[in-house]
Amino acid sequence: MPRNRTVRVAVLGSSVQRAASGYSSPRTGALKRRIVIGCLLLLSLVLITLSFRSSALDSVQGYGASALRPFETAANRVAQPFRDASGWTRGLFKAKAENRKLRSQLDYWRQVANREQVQASDNATLRKLLHYEDSPLFPQDYRPVAARVLTPPPTPFTQTITIAAGSHQGVVVQDVVVTQDGLVGQITKVTPSVSRVLLITDPESAVSAADANPSHPGALGLLEHGSAGNSLALDNVTKDKVVEPGDTIVTAGSPGNGQLPSIFPRGILIGTVTSAGQNDIDLFKQIQVQPFVDLSSLQSVLVLVPKATRPPAP
Amino acid sequence: MTVDSLKAALLVFVAALAQVSILDGYAPLGGTADLVLVVLLSLALLRGSLFGAVAGFGAGLLIDTANLDTLGFTSLLLTLAGYWIGRYGETTARDRIHAPFVSVGVVTILYAFGTLALRFVLGDSAPAGELLSGLPASLLLNLILTLPVYALVRRLFPPLELADRVHEVRLLG
Repeated sequence: MPRNRTVRVAVLGSSVQRAASGYSSPRTGALKRRIVIGCLLLLSLVLITLSFRSSALDSVQGYGASALRPFETAANRVAQPFRDASGWTRGLFKAKAENRKLRSQLDYWRQVANREQVQASDNATLRKLLHYEDSPLFPQDYRPVAARVLTPPPTPFTQTITIAAGSHQGVVVQDVVVTQDGLVGQITKVTPSVSRVLLITDPESAVSAADANPSHPGALGLLEHGSAGNSLALDNVTKDKVVEPGDTIVTAGSPGNGQLPSIFPRGILIGTVTSAGQNDIDLFKQIQVQPFVDLSSLQSVLVLVPKATRPPAP
Repeated sequence: MTVDSLKAALLVFVAALAQVSILDGYAPLGGTADLVLVVLLSLALLRGSLFGAVAGFGAGLLIDTANLDTLGFTSLLLTLAGYWIGRYGETTARDRIHAPFVSVGVVTILYAFGTLALRFVLGDSAPAGELLSGLPASLLLNLILTLPVYALVRRLFPPLELADRVHEVRLLG
């Protein structure tokens, strides 16, 4: 071969004489490699076998582990600050995640507690209504339709509420609405599932009422909106009738053997007389009545639906 | 070659110590990073199958000794891994950028299954579910480790001249 040639020629598996650079021949290299690999694998298997079959290597392994222990300790010491930093960071993230989780749990349980409080309150109200329904005070010719109050308590400008009962439950306009404490009002508008109730404190409301004091019966009048926001006035009571503060006012029903029909059944509690007076100018007494029902915090009511078949609507 | 062997021994020793002392204690995302495996594969890719096999055997012996595990268990697996990746480096993987990542990815999976199979054969507990559930995380961590570790090992063990590492193909002239 020329000494100054520039093209390098690769020869695969050539049988040329080994150069002096120390390369092993292909066959020798492959053989050496296989022998070493075989030895290492065999040694591994022998070690595994010995480890399983006898405890001969335990002491050797123990010495080895002891020899490595200082290095491991040193490595641990070197790594400790990083480990602490990592632990602190992880703890911080964990704390944040845990905080979020606990907050969401707190919100959930707060909602549950609120819901249970509402349910307990509803339960108490409904129990009272049920008790009222079974009491002799409940008008006999009516069946109750219990309904939840949907609208907020009435303001001085809106003396109406809406309830969750309507024509599907048999409610019609002018049905009477009560609670276990007394009269609430009457139905003025009905939809299939919601109705509007005109409260007795509304200026357009009027109820024929009577003094229920057995010692001086006969005081009959018209209960209307009073001077104060939540009070009532019993009008049209003649001066010859005796009405005293503390007397109980109830619905009068249809007096005169039904000649003066009223939508309100007789004997429903309305309120108590807070003041009663008269003067020479007025024809009637001035009687102020405080209703038994707290109309500002109504939760549930009963609609009195007549048991008798209603006449068909015009 | 002797200097390379000393450097490799030291590197494997440090990697094994870091593995048993530090990395084995961490399991982010459920998987453990295997520094020894990544170092071993880098060495095998850069220095060949024989070097890889011997380094794997030594690393396995160190790990088994430090952990007081069955001697030879990790050696067997790492010897095979080092040899196989060394052969890959000597033949197909020459000068290919993706070779370290392919090697680490494939060997991480095979090493996990090999561990499982060997434990099963030896009658040890072989919780396949636990091992396989942590495998994706281990694979990811090993692949993340590959770039810096391979760069470091390549700096410590510069690639040999073609003539120095390929024995089957000889150049004349």
